[in-house]
This record gives sequence, C-alpha cells and structure tokens, in this order.
Amino acid sequence: MLKGLLALLGCQLVGELAVRLTGIEFPGPVVGMLLFFGVLQLRRPAESSGLVAAPTLLLRHLHLLFVPAGVGVVVYLHRIAEDALPLAAGLWVSWLLGFVATALVADRLLRIFRERP
Amino acid sequence: MTPLALHGQETWDWLTTSPLFGITLTLAGYALGRWLHHRTGSPVFQPVLVAIVVIVAVLKLGDVSYADYLTGGSYVGFWLGPATVALALPLHHEWHLVRRAAVPILTGVVVGTVVSICSAILVTDLAGGNRELQLTMAPKAATTPVSLALSSQIGGIPALTAVLTILAGITGAILGPWVLDRIGVRDPRARGIAMGSVTHGIGTARALAESRTEGAFSALCMGLAAVATSVLVPIVVLWI
Repeated sequence: MLKGLLALLGCQLVGELAVRLTGIEFPGPVVGMLLFFGVLQLRRPAESSGLVAAPTLLLRHLHLLFVPAGVGVVVYLHRIAEDALPLAAGLWVSWLLGFVATALVADRLLRIFRERP
Repeated sequence: MTPLALHGQETWDWLTTSPLFGITLTLAGYALGRWLHHRTGSPVFQPVLVAIVVIVAVLKLGDVSYADYLTGGSYVGFWLGPATVALALPLHHEWHLVRRAAVPILTGVVVGTVVSICSAILVTDLAGGNRELQLTMAPKAATTPVSLALSSQIGGIPALTAVLTILAGITGAILGPWVLDRIGVRDPRARGIAMGSVTHGIGTARALAESRTEGAFSALCMGLAAVATSVLVPIVVLWI
C-alpha cells in the first residue's frame, strides 16, 4: 500500500513540476495519470501489489474527494439565485446536448469499426 | 455559570477553525449520502450531492465561512490529485480494448467538446446571461483544474466555473446512465466515452461503478477532453 501511495504521489509530483517548468496550462494530475499508466504497463503488477491496492482504494471513494470543491457553491448562492435561469439553462441544456452528441457519435463509430468486446 | 457555558464560544471558534471540523463534516456528509443512496436506491441521492447540501446547510446554520471549512476540507480535496493519477489503473486493465477504438474515442471527444462549449455559450446567451456568465459557462465540461484555469484566461468567474463544473458532473452521475439507456447506447465503451468527455471525474466515478470497461474509457476521455477543451475554448470564444 505504501509503495502504491508513493507511486501515485510521485507521478502527480512529476506531472505538476513538468507543467510548471514548461509553462503549459494543463492539470498536473492528468500528466501524472499518463506517467502512472506507463509504470503499470512496464511493471505489470499483480492484483495483490500495492500498485493496485492504493489506486483501488482511492477510486472506490472518488466522489468523496469532490465534496470540498463542491461546497464552494456556498460562496455563490447569491449570484446563482440572481442568474438562476441562464445558469440552469446553460448548464443543463448544454450538458444534455454535449452528452447525447458524444454518445451517439461514439456508438455509431464503434459499430462501423466493428470491434465489439 | 457552568464552565461549559463560559467556554462555549471559545470552543465553537476552536472547532470551526480546526481541520478536525472540516474533515469530519465532509466524511459524515458523504457517509450520510451513501447511506441514503443505499437505503432508497434512488439515483437522485448521489452521495456527493447529499454531502454538499448537508455541509452547506451546516455552514449556513453555524455561520461558518467556506475558508474556515476548507481548513479541514482541503485535506480531503487534496486526494483528488492522486485519485486522478489512480485512474490509470482501469485504463491499464482495459488497454487492449482502448487501443483498438482510437477513432471513435478521438472523434467522440472532439464532437462532445465542441458541442459543449458552443451550446454553453449560446444557451446561456439565449436565456439572458451576460458575456461574463457565458464565458464562465464555456469550459464547464472539462475537469475542474482545467475549467478553472480556462475561465480566468478568457474572462469568466473562475470559482463559479468550478462550481458549475462540479454541478455538470453531478448531473452526469445522476442522469447520464438514464439518458444513455433512453437513446439506446448500451456499448460500455460508448457509454464511457460520453461520461468522460462531458462529465469528467464525477461522471467517471459513476462509470467505474457500472463497469471497468466503461470506467477505463471514461478516464481516458476525461484526460483527452481536458486537452481538447484547453485548445478549443480560446478559439471558440473568438467566434461566438
């Protein structure tokens, strides 16, 4: 477990340093995800390894980790009430359009490429 | 007067500025959400939504500021970074499926990102939102650190964008699978591509709960959508 946590933190650290050193506006953790993917592909750890246990634990409670940022809504309750209609419409209509478009395009293309699992 | 009454205010002040308060409140709100979700089986009781509502209510009732809450809350939020790195695990497990679906993945992400950005600006405009609000809405489909940075770059309200991003993710976690069933998209790969491209990490967590394949495609598309949004938002806002 310790090895796994260190690997996750290490990959994030390298990712964060890389985006800052290069000045690219991109989230360090996503770069860290690509690095950790490389580690997993090279090492091919067993299911019992800490390299599997630590990420499994974090992913099981992934939603918990979004809560503190979501509570930030408390600062904007007034603004949200003021602009309720454009915010609600913009958020939900746009979410639905983007979501449905992506799902349909991906589904049709996967069918055309005929590689169903 | 009892010693308890004498030190009441002091104790309350200590409590609300101690990390113990924010951490315990966050975990308790989430535990309550999970319990309700389990008990009712209703997708409306998403643990993250219940937790946010309960915590906001406690902060309002106790007159505690968001900054004080974050003294402890940020300890929990910190792990979002390592957890994003951890998304490489499902990707690693399902890589044999992912590598053969490059064209549908890349096309899906680009289509989803373009539709999300354009419709966010246009719909907010149609509903009477000013330019600042439109720009605040534009990057909401990308993962929080990206949408936040983009919002400040193009002249939106970054912290409000972060909140909208999380609300978009919660919407996807609650309604996403239902919408996919309605439009007849059953292939877990296509479901994952839609969840990751438009509802980032919160949608990815829901996708992982449905299947490992769906989670892996979602995790990858969340990363790709972050890249696509970073490139496309500054271009789109010049045109509409």
